[in-house]
Amino acid sequence: MTMRRLINLKRVEARRIYLTYFIVIAAYVICQTMSSTKFLSSSMRGMLVPICAYMVMAISLNLVVGISGELSLGHAGFMSVGAFSGVATAILLQKVLPFAPARLAIAMIVAAIFAAIAGFLIGIPVLRLKGDYLAIVTLAFGEIIKSLLNNFYFGVDSGGLHFSMLTDTTRLLKGGRLIIRGPMGISGIQKIATFPAGFILVMIALMVVFNLVNSRSGRAFMAIRDDRIAAESIGLDITKYKMMAFVTSAALAGAAGALFAMNYSTIVANKFDFNTSILILVFVVLGGQGNMLGGIIAAAVLTILPEKLRQFSEYRMLLYAVVLIVMMLATNNAEIKYFLSRLNPFRRKEEAE
Amino acid sequence: MIFLNFFISGISLGSIYAIIALGYTMVYGIAKMLNFAHGDVIMVGAYVCFYAVSRYGMNPFVGVVLAMAVCTSLGIVIERFAYKPLRQAPSLAVLITAIGMSYFLQNTALLLWSSNPKVFPSIIGRGSFKLFEGKLSVSHVTVLTIATCVIIMIVLSLFISKTKLGKAMRACSEDKGAAQLMGINVNATISLTFAIGSGLAAIAGALLCSAYPTLMPTTGSLPGIKAFTAAVFGGIGSIPGAFLGGLMLGVIEIFAKAYISSQLSDAVVFGVLIVVLLVKPSGLLGKQLQEKV
Amino acid sequence: MRAKTKYVTMPSKTILPERDAAREPVLECVNLGITLGGIKAVEDFNFTLGRTEIAGLIGPNGAGKTTVFNLLTKVYQPTTGTILLNGKDTHGMNTMQVNKAGIARTFQNIRLFKNLSVADNVKAAMNNDMHYNMLSSILRLPNYKREEIAAHRRALKLLSIFDMQDMADVRAGSLPYGAQRRLEIVRALATNPSLLLLDEPAAGMNPSETADLMDNIRKIHEMFQIAILLIEHDMSLVMNICEGICVLNFGHIIAKGTPDEIQSNPAVVEAYLGRKKEA
Repeated sequence: MTMRRLINLKRVEARRIYLTYFIVIAAYVICQTMSSTKFLSSSMRGMLVPICAYMVMAISLNLVVGISGELSLGHAGFMSVGAFSGVATAILLQKVLPFAPARLAIAMIVAAIFAAIAGFLIGIPVLRLKGDYLAIVTLAFGEIIKSLLNNFYFGVDSGGLHFSMLTDTTRLLKGGRLIIRGPMGISGIQKIATFPAGFILVMIALMVVFNLVNSRSGRAFMAIRDDRIAAESIGLDITKYKMMAFVTSAALAGAAGALFAMNYSTIVANKFDFNTSILILVFVVLGGQGNMLGGIIAAAVLTILPEKLRQFSEYRMLLYAVVLIVMMLATNNAEIKYFLSRLNPFRRKEEAE
Repeated sequence: MIFLNFFISGISLGSIYAIIALGYTMVYGIAKMLNFAHGDVIMVGAYVCFYAVSRYGMNPFVGVVLAMAVCTSLGIVIERFAYKPLRQAPSLAVLITAIGMSYFLQNTALLLWSSNPKVFPSIIGRGSFKLFEGKLSVSHVTVLTIATCVIIMIVLSLFISKTKLGKAMRACSEDKGAAQLMGINVNATISLTFAIGSGLAAIAGALLCSAYPTLMPTTGSLPGIKAFTAAVFGGIGSIPGAFLGGLMLGVIEIFAKAYISSQLSDAVVFGVLIVVLLVKPSGLLGKQLQEKV
Repeated sequence: MRAKTKYVTMPSKTILPERDAAREPVLECVNLGITLGGIKAVEDFNFTLGRTEIAGLIGPNGAGKTTVFNLLTKVYQPTTGTILLNGKDTHGMNTMQVNKAGIARTFQNIRLFKNLSVADNVKAAMNNDMHYNMLSSILRLPNYKREEIAAHRRALKLLSIFDMQDMADVRAGSLPYGAQRRLEIVRALATNPSLLLLDEPAAGMNPSETADLMDNIRKIHEMFQIAILLIEHDMSLVMNICEGICVLNFGHIIAKGTPDEIQSNPAVVEAYLGRKKEA
């Protein structure tokens, strides 16, 4: 018996995980080479960072939807908490820390922390609910976050940091800078997000999620998903593990939000609305719930395709809708399921027999 | 007097929520699913009514009846093709399908009718009653909305409690298997529920757009979500609960707009939902279900 | 619906097996009761279980046997009475805390983690024995590897009780029915209980499987020296392996005693066992 088998990496799963890492690294190397040899169009180059951010969002939501089996419809909310806190941090650090990659890293860490705090606070009420109710309350929180950020003012001057809600009453001293300006969001952002940074974030997200899933916590997440009552009966702390998955997911989404925001010069809270949450859900559903590689590929394809097929752009959302419905109908149909399982090279042995 | 004015507009808005919430609550009671697309059926109803009245010059009431016919068929078709194959599927799959359906309706509407807002003609004009020497003015639409809601509420309660079909619906919501064994056609009953809910959505669409005359493909989604909130507030599955929840939510929203902030009123409404679910997850008039071990 | 006849309760003190008599009982229920939907599903449940006793809980369908299990594991909170587990009052505990305090159970309608492998089902139950934290698992620190390997070894060892170690990588949901029931028992054992509750472990098994199960329950009892309380309708199993039997009917205990006493108790015969047909 090999070591790998002993520590719970069943061969098929191990293969799937290594393949995922390999594909991400290979894709990065190819894109980076193409980009540096000017082989990539500038519009494609501009999409590299958003694609990475969306990939991380897909991985992050997959932890909640695929692994923990709860539907979150407010994931864009965490992305926006991360985007705003991350960008604000980067702006505050602008003078202190001229080295951009370090600033980006710190901004993403701060973003992850803020999003994790938001995830924790929201998780306290949300995770007491189940199923449809949980989904609708995450939707509600997503909208609440958007409303709050749309009415939030934040500035800095020589006197320190100033906040206000609803109207700008920060009364900054001369020379101060109003960073978050309510519905106008943040503008004048230095675009310090880079493709390598995005790649690193995707790798970190993959590592966090894969290693967490193949540990005692991951077993607990999936046990609770499969049967909550049985999970309680073997002494699993339901609230703790649900919270762990939710907060981890929120933190990753926050980091992705910061990366995403620092690829643009302006961001507003309305960018991270219900439609964005649904878009991320489409990545997860299309890639297969619980399948990280699938989610990543779906995120890349669904970000590039609409740009390439501009003439069909008005059909894009319609296509997403059809994708959601067809995927659900197909994956819950016994015959189609069987057909797909025969196509899947990673099918488990016992199912193939 | 201003307070009373706000209160009346709250009741009026709440009546619309209540009519929509009835659709949610009936479908949830029977199919145990959150029909996310319900809000978009409202929008379809409003468009049908709009085109019938302003394009083809029909009588507004004929327009409403036509919209009801279209929405009823739409509800049945959606149920048959998207939800019925998923009766045994996990609730997560059903919810995702319903969200997909909601998007499908919205974007089809976008392609058919474009995103330009249409100005909806009020179905009974823009007049108003003046009370207390003109200090209080109540528009005809408000009166019509409240009256319609009360009538629907009474008729529906009688239908559910007195008729054979209503009894079949209640039986299905208790136990589909047992209902089938008693000779009730479960599939037909579920279709009927969707039909009634969608028909009511058409009425709600016409009333909503008479009171707030901007019509867009996304018109239905936010009222839809709020009406769902109302249904949960009142206790999902309960018809009087939907009525009560709708009215209370309408009043809360209008007061939040008036006294807190119009930008944050949606946040307040959703905050109410969260508080209700935490304090009394089964809603005001709902009953608690316990999982069998 | 309550029965009209008022049963005469048998002497209520359970006689603990001699080897347990000197020690504190693992479980003591005093006047335990619950009202569900206005009906007293269980009432005045007084019961004591010795530290290494195997006892049976029998009675007709709807008598409240599974409800007793749900009360013991706090799936339902009792409306009256006290449960002492190892001498400690479990009042205010939830299911998870009761499990940590030493009760593990199986379910009448099998509740496995269907999408997890057999080994993972067992290892999930060892969660509270493992101590590495989230950071160790993300960074794969040495204590992660050490504890995971130990857990895997222990899981295989537990599975080998039922000769299931070769199925470790199989998805639990695709196991045959009998194996699923056995896996539930292994999973419960993995939490190191001092009291194991088995809810109809032989349901749906054929006579030879039942015989195997009986041997295995004895084996578990010998290996772990724990108390076992089981609900079962298969009287040959109950009468063979249980040292004490408690009979429930309409939520009330109508008899307690050794298998021989129970078999000859007229109230039990009337309510549950039935008379032998005279030729």
